[in-house]
Amino acid sequence: MDYTKKNVSRRDFVKGSSLMTGGILLAPSILSSTPLFKNEKVLKIAVVGCGGRGTGAVSQALNADNNVKLVAMADAFEDRLEQSYESLSKMFDASKIDVKPNKKFVGFGSYKKAIDESDVVILTTPPGFRPQHFEYAVAQGKHVFMEKPVATDVVGIKKVLAAAKLAKEKKLNVVVGLQRHYQKNYREAFSKVKNGDIGKIVSGQVYWNGEGVWVNPRQENWTEMEYQMRNWYYFNWICGDHILEQHIHNIDVANWFIGEYPIKAQGMGGREVRKGKDHGQIFDHHFVEFEYPGGAVISSQCRHQQGCLNRVSETFQGTNGSVYTDGGNKAVLKSYSGGDLYTHNGEEDKNPYQVEHDELFASIRTGGYINNAENGAKSTMTAILGRMATYTGKQVTWDEAMNSDHQLVPDENSLNWDMIPPVKPDEFGNYPIPVPGVTKLF
Amino acid sequence: MILKTRFNLGLVLVVGLLYHSLNAQSFKNYKQDLKGEPFTIDMVAIEGGAYKMGVEKGDKSRGDDEKPIHEVVVDDFWMGKYEITWEQYDAFVYGKFDMGQVESISKLTNLGIDAITGATTPYMDMSFGMGKGPNPAVNMTQYGAIMYCKWLTAKSGVFYRLPTEAEWEYVCKKGKNDEESNVMEIAWYEDNSDGKYQRTGTKKPNSLGIYDMLGNVSEWVLDQYDANYYSKSPKENPWNIPTKLYPRVVRGGSWKDTASKLCCTARHRSRSNWKVRDPQIPKSKWWHTEASFIGFRVVRPKVQPSPEEIKKYWLKAIVDYGLN
Repeated sequence: MDYTKKNVSRRDFVKGSSLMTGGILLAPSILSSTPLFKNEKVLKIAVVGCGGRGTGAVSQALNADNNVKLVAMADAFEDRLEQSYESLSKMFDASKIDVKPNKKFVGFGSYKKAIDESDVVILTTPPGFRPQHFEYAVAQGKHVFMEKPVATDVVGIKKVLAAAKLAKEKKLNVVVGLQRHYQKNYREAFSKVKNGDIGKIVSGQVYWNGEGVWVNPRQENWTEMEYQMRNWYYFNWICGDHILEQHIHNIDVANWFIGEYPIKAQGMGGREVRKGKDHGQIFDHHFVEFEYPGGAVISSQCRHQQGCLNRVSETFQGTNGSVYTDGGNKAVLKSYSGGDLYTHNGEEDKNPYQVEHDELFASIRTGGYINNAENGAKSTMTAILGRMATYTGKQVTWDEAMNSDHQLVPDENSLNWDMIPPVKPDEFGNYPIPVPGVTKLF
Repeated sequence: MILKTRFNLGLVLVVGLLYHSLNAQSFKNYKQDLKGEPFTIDMVAIEGGAYKMGVEKGDKSRGDDEKPIHEVVVDDFWMGKYEITWEQYDAFVYGKFDMGQVESISKLTNLGIDAITGATTPYMDMSFGMGKGPNPAVNMTQYGAIMYCKWLTAKSGVFYRLPTEAEWEYVCKKGKNDEESNVMEIAWYEDNSDGKYQRTGTKKPNSLGIYDMLGNVSEWVLDQYDANYYSKSPKENPWNIPTKLYPRVVRGGSWKDTASKLCCTARHRSRSNWKVRDPQIPKSKWWHTEASFIGFRVVRPKVQPSPEEIKKYWLKAIVDYGLN
């Protein structure tokens, strides 16, 4: 949306619209039994995980519907929560950021109190904690926006799948932040693939080859638990490795376009360049071959190394033609006879992060039903399958992985800042790194 | 947002050193060597002077913001022969910020520097698959480009900054970029770029020996964009010092633009929607997500200003909440 054309900034717009609803806010007790899909009903939001992404997601939720307000926040860290609160307070009118001091919940296990306060929850912590948060939110009957990935281990995946089923029964809306599903170039390409424009997909290549992400170096006054929680990207129980945390986007497109989930995977990977102590235990590259029930084979590459070829995109070969897509709003379909079937011009496409919330809140208001949780769980599982293959160097099937009790994350309510986390460094500060051929599957 | 201040030189003590001795270097083209880096930065001596900035009132083909035409005087400076490349930019993004990188603290003090901050590693591939290395660096914010200049200043011991809008246009006009009848000869733009930026310095330079002044990537300059600035700007070394995050000026047009946008007077501006795909709040102060057509080149004034003057060029970051 471009309000600047009318010379009205979004700040004015948001503040203006909240003033318009001010009269309704005066009588919450009368309206408390009003169904959520009535526009007069204020939708109360809680955010669990107040980093930059959580803050961004809250702002998108507040922009998605005129009658929404943030009422509760939870984070493991007080400083992160307060930074987020400060940012949001600068962006929105006080009536939209209605978080009383006693509705700011800090520490492990604080998610429950925040979720209890809300109609809609935003789950944006690092992924290891997501299953427990999602399970609780659905049990409490909340609508959900949750970021990808939705778990880091198989036990977590099963928890999310069970909660997804329950959400379906309860008719709760669940949007997962695999935003390519909400991005126009992907939607256009998908509809053409589904329509058979390139025939049946037989192979593909999906990539997130980049240069890596942030590092939060250890500080002296941190306990080991605080260090891992603040430098979470490099610890598998919290992050799941970059094949999961980042490359899931591209793997998910493969699942989506093929319309199946893989039956097995094999691959290779390691830690060649990025291997400092602050890089914890994750690999800097993975290459996986996924085989699908219908016979398609997908090569998946992800890399965190500087000075190499950067590529973040997806390409699939069908029986009649090919499709290329990337996050930069591009989609190109070609036939093997040389013809251009479709080229997407995405210059004016909407921000997919906003579309996620626009559709979520529109669905809540109209009594509709969106549930991305099952696909979110299965695409997360696909990436976990890939990680199992690269860590072990073995072939691993979907069924044996799903039948395992593979678990990395403890019950969040059992955690505290002074305890030893699930992974610990040796006397030199180095963490155990998976070794292909040696590391066991389960 | 985590500020990666990698070292801090503490209190700045302005000692009575004579920094103008730094200006003894003769005024000719040179290659800036950077200790420990496998590249140099080519600088071209540009003799300053008076010129007519903007376009004549009657020129209907040009925008109102390019008018009125007005006389401007710029001092002598050196300008980068090429747009800054990814190799040169990544040395800053992934650089080690320790004292071994600079000669002495007193030298930094004289350059108006008390700390250097490194850019955060971007989550996305900022080259969008168009290639790195010798290709022009893109997608950095103006703040990122300015902090690059600060890093370059610390490493080299001489003051580098972005050009002002007036300096940029001066070089473009003096170098006769606008007089080239076949723009294909000197620029990468929509018709010949194949939808991507190209290696720097592969087209013909302008008559001053500066490459890619028009096209390839549009270039950050130091100014706030103000459509009416020409009617009120000072004659001597004008610089519209930014006070707001958006819009700021970019110049020269890019691989994405049509030929009509490639000219010495066209003024383009930055927009908040260049960060649409940054899903975080606050949005990155270092990176845009949809500005794969924006880069920069550096300049160095012939007469190095005082430390107090230099400090004015290290513009502070303005927090970006994505509001406007």
